[in-house]
Amino acid sequence: MDWRQLWEICSAPDNVPIVGLIPLLAFFIYLAWKQAHANDQLIGQLETDPALAKTHHRKTWPFKPGWQKEVHVWPFLLRIEFLAAIIVTIILMVWSITLNAPLEEPSNPNLTMNPAKAPWYFLGLQEMLVYFDPWIAGVVMPTLIIVGLMVIPYIDTNPLGSGYYTWRQRRFAISVFLFGFIILWVSMIMIGTFIRGPGWQWFWPGQTWDHNRLIYEVNRDLPDEIPRWLGGPIVSNWAKGVFGAIVVGGYYLIGGGLLYSLFRRRMAKDFRRMSLLQFSIMQFFLLTMVALPIKMSLRLLWHIKYVWITPWFNV
Amino acid sequence: MADENNSSGSNGKNGKVGVIERVKDDIQALKTDIPSKAKEQLEGLKDPTKTQVYTSIFRHKHDDTPRNRALGVLSNVFLHLHPAKINRDAVRYSYTWGMGGITFYLFIILTYTGVLLMFYYHPTKVQAFRDVLYLEHDVPFGKILRNMHRWAAHLMVIAVWLHMFRVFLTGSYKKPREFNWNIGVLLLVFTLLLSFTGYLLPDDQLGFWAVTVGTNMARATPLLGHEGPFGHQLGMTPYNDVRFGLLGGSIVDANALLRSYIWHCIGIPIVASVLMIVHFWRVRKDGGISGPAQVMLEAEADKPRRGPKAAGE
Repeated sequence: MDWRQLWEICSAPDNVPIVGLIPLLAFFIYLAWKQAHANDQLIGQLETDPALAKTHHRKTWPFKPGWQKEVHVWPFLLRIEFLAAIIVTIILMVWSITLNAPLEEPSNPNLTMNPAKAPWYFLGLQEMLVYFDPWIAGVVMPTLIIVGLMVIPYIDTNPLGSGYYTWRQRRFAISVFLFGFIILWVSMIMIGTFIRGPGWQWFWPGQTWDHNRLIYEVNRDLPDEIPRWLGGPIVSNWAKGVFGAIVVGGYYLIGGGLLYSLFRRRMAKDFRRMSLLQFSIMQFFLLTMVALPIKMSLRLLWHIKYVWITPWFNV
Repeated sequence: MADENNSSGSNGKNGKVGVIERVKDDIQALKTDIPSKAKEQLEGLKDPTKTQVYTSIFRHKHDDTPRNRALGVLSNVFLHLHPAKINRDAVRYSYTWGMGGITFYLFIILTYTGVLLMFYYHPTKVQAFRDVLYLEHDVPFGKILRNMHRWAAHLMVIAVWLHMFRVFLTGSYKKPREFNWNIGVLLLVFTLLLSFTGYLLPDDQLGFWAVTVGTNMARATPLLGHEGPFGHQLGMTPYNDVRFGLLGGSIVDANALLRSYIWHCIGIPIVASVLMIVHFWRVRKDGGISGPAQVMLEAEADKPRRGPKAAGE
């Protein structure tokens, strides 16, 4: 265990926000969960008791007849905003006094930094470079993330859970978002920050960053891995292209079928509300998201680099 | 005055006597006028809210009445984005986490510290790094200025993410707020781009290689990058592809520094500010802050809605 190495990574000034992000996220997930849990209990209670549902004010916070439903912005909101501004200013002041912004040597195109890392918020995309070619990791994925976020309001047809925390009314939507935000975005940043060392190699926390470490790994492509009894390995370029198209296409087809089955059986109401376009967009984005961990494990566990090989692009 | 004297006092001697008497009369009057005026003035100072200066600035009275509380918000250009009254539970920190407001506050801090930093910084290869050293070691409070700018930027990225997280978890992107969620997504992208363009400006190894890694991906843009799928077929070279356009050259050099400086200080802040105006305005137009709303039951899910207000209260 190399504590010094660990300390060096965690205390690097630009890594401090990432270290801070972990407890912040934990706190806010807890805060959201607590309110969702309370709301869910109330929802359960009101659903079993229609009479109460008619009279209850339908919030978990206390309310008594005669209380005003609205309060004045001045001072009740403005004082909070003012307080928040002061607190943020103090935090920022203390942070700026105690920790200096990083400044390395003057830029030198002839001296490559190792590891050369993107700014921390883009490390998830840089981590994806290990598993995908740059055109996917650097261009297609950011585009899909932006477009995918933008379509959310148009494909989530569930009218429940608007304006309050809940889990039981939005299980699917919240699971997918947590998967995307926590697993695919934040944890990739954690890997990029704390685990990737020189040569973008995998160093467990506490392992010394050995600049001379070599890893002998032979990465192969999926067409090469087809066992002999299935007619493999595939040699011809044409056959590789067709094979890859079948595998990728098959993934989306079978995955789409599974999602359809899941929706039809378990989420019939949501399925009925969704149009064909809404449902297929949801299928596409969800399957693309799930494809990331699949491709990652193919690479990390079975050393498979490409699934689909063509003369123009590889996936 | 001279003309007036001549016309009223027609004869020479009489005129002179008249002037002296008038002066005496004026002095006599002053003795009573000044104390009474001064008293009046002091009386006025006891209630400054009645003065013309005050009433010209604040278009409402100062007394603590519901009407004046509302007007205090509505008649102030900086505060009038707020409604006069809001949902009593919406002021609870646990619902909004305050992250949207904190993001905006951090943007203001960044603009403020950024403008100050601009006074000391030249976006040229020769001077950029030296200017940062100068800021660090010689400019009074230069170090804390740069530190604040950088940490506020990181904090803003985190605050934007948490704001999006909260908006998702409370379902606040649902009808009628779909469009504003989209503006928010664009603002998130511009926040990251603002931070990214600022990364190169110290012109040190960290920024240089981060931006090199970042923009190298643009080489691989499908169709538009010289290493991307079908880029070669469309005639893309390192000297005419999308990366060249971003950097103003085939490597990260003087032009890239200038370009990221201009995007960082002028281009993106303007676009982001415009989007912020739309974002805040739409929050109001879409029925104000989304909640905490009354919980909806499964049985009521498919009933027709009653418009934006129904979701808010």
